[in-house]
Amino acid sequence: MAKTSDLDVAYAARLARINLTDEETELFQKQLGDVLKYAEKLCEVDVSNVEAAAHALPIFNVFREDAPRDWFTAQQALSNAPRRANGLFIVPKVVE
Amino acid sequence: MTGKDLPALSIADLQSLLRDREISPREVLEALRARIEAVDGEIDAYLSLDFEAAAKEAEKANVNLPLGGVPIAIKDIINVAGQPCSCASKILRGYRAPYDAAVIRKLRAAGAIPFGKTNMDEFAMGSSTENSAMKLTRNPWDLSRVPGGSSGGSAAAVAANEAFGALGTETGGSIRQPAALSGVVGLKPTYGRVSRFGVVAFASSLDQVGPLTKTVRDSALIMNAIAGHDRQETTSLNEPVPDYTAQLGKDLRGFRLGLAKEYMIEGTDPQVKTAINAAVKHMNSLGAEIVDVSLPHTDYATAVYYILATAEASANLARFDGVRYGYRAENPKDLLDFYGRTRGEGFGLEVKRRIILGTYVLSSGYYDAYYLRAQKVRELVRQDFAKAFEKVDALISPTSPVPAFKFGERTADPLQMYLADIFTSPANLAGICGISVPCGFADADGQRLPLGLQLLGKALDEARILQIAHAYEQTTDWHKARPSITAEKETAKKKE
Repeated sequence: MAKTSDLDVAYAARLARINLTDEETELFQKQLGDVLKYAEKLCEVDVSNVEAAAHALPIFNVFREDAPRDWFTAQQALSNAPRRANGLFIVPKVVE
Repeated sequence: MTGKDLPALSIADLQSLLRDREISPREVLEALRARIEAVDGEIDAYLSLDFEAAAKEAEKANVNLPLGGVPIAIKDIINVAGQPCSCASKILRGYRAPYDAAVIRKLRAAGAIPFGKTNMDEFAMGSSTENSAMKLTRNPWDLSRVPGGSSGGSAAAVAANEAFGALGTETGGSIRQPAALSGVVGLKPTYGRVSRFGVVAFASSLDQVGPLTKTVRDSALIMNAIAGHDRQETTSLNEPVPDYTAQLGKDLRGFRLGLAKEYMIEGTDPQVKTAINAAVKHMNSLGAEIVDVSLPHTDYATAVYYILATAEASANLARFDGVRYGYRAENPKDLLDFYGRTRGEGFGLEVKRRIILGTYVLSSGYYDAYYLRAQKVRELVRQDFAKAFEKVDALISPTSPVPAFKFGERTADPLQMYLADIFTSPANLAGICGISVPCGFADADGQRLPLGLQLLGKALDEARILQIAHAYEQTTDWHKARPSITAEKETAKKKE
């Protein structure tokens, strides 16, 4: 299991697309370090012959008919957008 | 209808008055509104109320439906068309739900009236409701203490007679733990039993919706309305729904209840231990046989839970990017700055902490060590329960190792707060069902603080744990006690 000192909060925050203040970075480094240290107890468990459980109950291959149904209109879908115009979501320019 | 304290009634008692035409749904709603206006200034259980829409529903309510004319409070993580759905987060402030969640559609079909949204820990991350970005909800039994969480608003509203019943959600104990700390009944159904369609996702392999109520019978009544298959949700179980009230009132002779030594740990409040021991004796006197069982991987459950839940949350909460809904940072330098500042400014501390932990445990080089290993230990936790249920019908334990704690007591140390879920999160990992019922009081600084007894049942065995909980409840008086709230004492004084 990884050593807790490997945790780099600033790097993980960049991956998560969350800007942190310096104080938050420092605080999380300590607090999450403690949590990961606590999680090290999982190393004690022998899992060599155990299958990983993604879900508690086995449900596989769920299909339904591919039939149209009523759902929201474009106006409803846009109703909570911070910025919208002409029936579109407006986003910052991403291509120079 | 005079001379009766309407808001104090259980759903079942309210329904018989409605069906006998002694009261009308409009009168019920007005009485509830007056109660909320009188006490919610002190409790702060609600984030939003919509009595105008509710009054229209009440006018046309059919009281012969299973929940006809009964107002139900809804945790602010469940979409109710036209009402706010903030998840108690700044990032969703001002958001209005464009549609009803599946559970709301089902509640409406059963005649219930959703009228208000309750406070919670932001995105359901927490065990005290202190992580709400909106306000603090106080425990009706002691206003200096937390109501538990994350469904703390729902629990406090029911405890303070500000709701006849409420919906909550849980991922690691967020219905059962606040139910215990606030002195009400809280049921976590089996994973897949109740549709999460329209419920904002936290950790998709663990999340479930369930009721918080004054009595076990009321819990069964709400389950009758909300349980069942939903073709819009792929994890929804396509299994028949029994009448959850059918077993209530049957005795416990022949039942075997398991007592796991791993649930009587150091750090459990002595008053909790005393109450649970008394409850176990009581169950025995009702005819249940008590059997010692072992759940050897219990001690690992909290670590497994916080790895899996944060990993799943880091993916689920990626949708909050400032484009389609919610908070958006102004004047970004570039796209990365746009996302980073929107999320950095929009999410609260605990949510950021968990997303970052979840991102880390899923990141390249750490996935096998944390996430994959946690999933394997999860399987061992599941097997513990499967083995125990070969010997017993249900497991009995405390819901929480401690009664309600003071504001700020655990916020400085997230790990301490995480350990509040120690008796509840194993059931979420295993996907089984569980219920918390009031089982006594602890004395703390002269205040009476409610305690909860937890019963865990195997998958889809809700009817059985409801039956056991009901037998216990009906032969004890704990559920009849209600907190006395200062505002109502003052109103009473004025009348004198």
